[in-house]
Amino acid sequence: MLKEYKTVSQIYGPLMLVESVDGAKYGHIVDIEIADGTTRHGQILQVEKDKVLVQVFEGTEGINIDDSTVRFLGKPMELAVSPEILGRVFDGTGNPKDNGPAIIPKKKLNINGNPINPYARDFPNEFIQTGISTIDGLNPLVRGQKLPVFSGAGLPHDDIAAQLARQATVRGKGEAFAVVFAAMGITFEAAQFFINDLTNTGAIERAVLFINLANDPAIERIATPRVALTAAEYLAFEEDMHVLVILNDMTNYCEALREISAARKEVPGRRGYPGYLYTDLATVYERAGRIKGRKGSITMVPVLTMPEDDKTHPVPDLTGYITEGQIIMSRALHRKGIAPPVDALPSLSRLKDKGIGHGKTREDHADLYNQLYAAYARGKEAQELATILGEAALSEEDRKYMTFANEFEGKYISQGYYENRTVEQTLDLGWQLLSMFENAELKRIDVKLIEKYMPRFRKNK
Amino acid sequence: MSELSKGTIIKVAGPVVVAKDMVGARMYDVVRVGSENLIGEIVELHGDLASIQVYEDTVGIGPGEEVVNTGAPLSVELGPGLISSIYDGIQRPLNALVEAQGSNILRGSDIPGLRRDIKWPFKPIIENGTKVSGGDILGEVRETTLVTQKIMVPPRVSGTLEGLKEGEYTVDEVIGVVVAEDGRRTDLKLMQKWPVRRPRPGKTRLAPDQVLVTGQRVIDAFFPLSQGGTACVPGPFGTGKTVVQHQLAKWVDADVVIYVGCGERGNEMTDVLLEFPELLDPHSGEPLMKRVVMVANTSDMPVAAREASVYTGITMAEYFRDMGYSVAMMADSTSRWAEAMREISTRLEEMPAEEGYPAYLGARIASFYERAGKVICQGAPERTGALSIIGAVSPPGGDLSDSVVQATLHVVKVFWSLQGRLAQQRHFPAIDWLTSYSFYKEYLPGCFEDKDRGAEFAAMTRYAMGLLEQESQLVEIVRLVGAESISANDRMSMETAKSIREDFLHQNAFHKVDTFTPIDKQFDMMKVILHFHKQGLAAIENGIETAAIFALPVREEIARAKYIPDTEAGAIIGITDTIDKQMKALYAPEAQAADTR
Repeated sequence: MLKEYKTVSQIYGPLMLVESVDGAKYGHIVDIEIADGTTRHGQILQVEKDKVLVQVFEGTEGINIDDSTVRFLGKPMELAVSPEILGRVFDGTGNPKDNGPAIIPKKKLNINGNPINPYARDFPNEFIQTGISTIDGLNPLVRGQKLPVFSGAGLPHDDIAAQLARQATVRGKGEAFAVVFAAMGITFEAAQFFINDLTNTGAIERAVLFINLANDPAIERIATPRVALTAAEYLAFEEDMHVLVILNDMTNYCEALREISAARKEVPGRRGYPGYLYTDLATVYERAGRIKGRKGSITMVPVLTMPEDDKTHPVPDLTGYITEGQIIMSRALHRKGIAPPVDALPSLSRLKDKGIGHGKTREDHADLYNQLYAAYARGKEAQELATILGEAALSEEDRKYMTFANEFEGKYISQGYYENRTVEQTLDLGWQLLSMFENAELKRIDVKLIEKYMPRFRKNK
Repeated sequence: MSELSKGTIIKVAGPVVVAKDMVGARMYDVVRVGSENLIGEIVELHGDLASIQVYEDTVGIGPGEEVVNTGAPLSVELGPGLISSIYDGIQRPLNALVEAQGSNILRGSDIPGLRRDIKWPFKPIIENGTKVSGGDILGEVRETTLVTQKIMVPPRVSGTLEGLKEGEYTVDEVIGVVVAEDGRRTDLKLMQKWPVRRPRPGKTRLAPDQVLVTGQRVIDAFFPLSQGGTACVPGPFGTGKTVVQHQLAKWVDADVVIYVGCGERGNEMTDVLLEFPELLDPHSGEPLMKRVVMVANTSDMPVAAREASVYTGITMAEYFRDMGYSVAMMADSTSRWAEAMREISTRLEEMPAEEGYPAYLGARIASFYERAGKVICQGAPERTGALSIIGAVSPPGGDLSDSVVQATLHVVKVFWSLQGRLAQQRHFPAIDWLTSYSFYKEYLPGCFEDKDRGAEFAAMTRYAMGLLEQESQLVEIVRLVGAESISANDRMSMETAKSIREDFLHQNAFHKVDTFTPIDKQFDMMKVILHFHKQGLAAIENGIETAAIFALPVREEIARAKYIPDTEAGAIIGITDTIDKQMKALYAPEAQAADTR
């Protein structure tokens, strides 16, 4: 039934052209048996009459035209899933990599998924406690949200991703929870750090890892996030788990996409990335969410490194247009030794108001973060002014705000990667820091809330 | 139409399929592709080869499969049942799809846009035997408590009306017949179909001379939109484009709102779906959803349907305009629409213009916005309808030199410029008052019944804008050399400008009172702020220290004016008396001594 062809006519870049093929379908996968007896995998990118253009996941190195056999499998790429995938490590296309047994599939799922009907979505509104003050206090994450970490080369995004995987929890409920980690083109060290971290905390039991390392075939990366999300969808919507998906690093994924696009000689968009980058990223990111009537959820934290810390680079830019906010890492804070170096001002969680307040976190949460944000923004301005004019030139008020900003960075933002703060601790810390201001200066907080929460932190009053 | 031509697929590349033997096919005919019956549209013809953009995922489609031409262009169904619906880009009802297929969208479904199983009570308003022509109103169907659909003779049909009678009908039952002079009979139904890429005709275009009140202060007072006008909202991500669009959809003073979510986030559409039924229209007290039609083609849904979604939306909007309603359409975001065009253009291997966009980008954008306008509708009785378009634009990196922004700015008359800097200061709506503009400002006084009041409001906003501009010049000086170095009058101007920014322009979309400000309340708020300014300048003239003026407790009241509910109408303007009283107290020397803080 499976048709085999020995009619490869061209090979260029990661692409291969096969001729005289009958009945090939767009998007289906192929096996390629090459001269040395090994098998590679590919996907059909275009079919024109009897000519088929195939992208080869493992790269085309060592393939020759005469001795290669192409087998058309007649189906799109699939992932075998069952609850057994928890605790396992796979390669970037979903084959076991941990020397464990093959997965006995309960189901085989098309890795491309189908778009979620917006009418079937349920709105994300359950607060996730991450134990990180800059996230819980200022940019709360909710279940079903997609919140990327925008980082740069040399910044500790792996640490913060690992901290999220370790600490993220919905409080007060003993619900099934899982982590799906997709590594795309990251180094062995980064991947190993993550695996060790999960192993040490025992979290590996409820984790699934898909690893495509920097020296693994680049084209395989295009499938990796889709494979990982297919596993996540299975766990979330069929096994009722709350899944946290970490995609690290999306910039490498986009580069692989660019490589294929260039090989196909497509008209490039900005910086050589294909014009359909937005659409392509959306089909990855939009798979996060909650669905009405299902217990589980998919929360997504894509990590991406911004070339030259440039937020307007196509990858972070288009990501920001699709995701619901972003956590931005600051090189300046990192240099000051503040960990995790989250830049509180440009970071944003768009869904923060949906997950906080009375009954979810605490009634004072919204007013408090507004006030902290405003005071820190003011303090940052004062810090800058002080570097230009010298501290002596600052007005007394500016100096006070500068002190606040310094304290805020030192105590609130800086907590290390292993301190897990409850949201109450985070909120109380905010009040404590604000206690250096008079009540009248706290314009963004309801007077009643100040009276209720502030006195404990006032000294001598 | 008689014989449907069939062709055979020879090429599949992403959303573009090429088929041969497509004899008699016309541009923009809708076709069904492959064994799964995917919906597509012909976008290029070369001899008997047709390039087809497919509205659904093409995985699994290959050469040799059949393509069937339906012989009709992409059309939408217009009639009772539209309101409160949510559709995808080619008018498939998403709620019905959930029932039919579950929570994910599968391919090849064929559910009609309007439900066939509901009987609508129809009341004729004209007599049989009347000579009718396109656009004449036959009768009414009260669809929701907010919207009554006028059932019209389809455009380009004319003759004598026969057999029209009151009763309950489904949308595809015959309610009457028009007999033309040559004896040709056209059945009338509650529903009509219209091709989305062809504008529905109006009789006469009018100048858009009435302001469309939105309840958003920065928009109404400084950069108003008019009924039948066009506006665009460009801004980088995180500046609140979508919140602005949502706020307008909620509070705009229009009869019908069409909301097109074009290539945006799924969760945002869910937010609208869950929130709108709960919100009450400030004018009627009814749920807002009862005047809204939504088109949602989220970013993960097929790209070709995204390209069609804005046309689907605007055709529905034109249909309601033709009934004589004021319709507002929001498109969020037109950049995603342009990107869909680019993607399809690339697959067609067209020669690209700037940034890979097709050369016809500007023309397509212009002709889309040109479908807005205020018109005298076709047919009797005479009525005017207005269609306003508000398009969000998402330029890469917030760069306004982007092709889509530039092409849009060529045609729109109102520009609300969202600034990342303002958003970072949490100044929302982050509409920059210095770079935004509106060509409809001259119509602003018309919002008020009292002409003098209208003129005064226009004068006040001009004055306020002057202060804001002055502030932008002074702020640099102050930053470098300190506030002490500028004159007391300038300090007063800066303080008032700050008050305009914080107490007037800043508006909290999530506060139940502040989210919507009627135009009369805007008048009062502005009046109070400027009254304080005037009295402050007078006090400075009399030798009072600026610090004492700025420390007056009444300023707290000015700041809180926005939270005073509309029901307490006199409360805001009453603040002017408090200002006078407290200012007067300053003139007594002891008051000055006491207030040195």
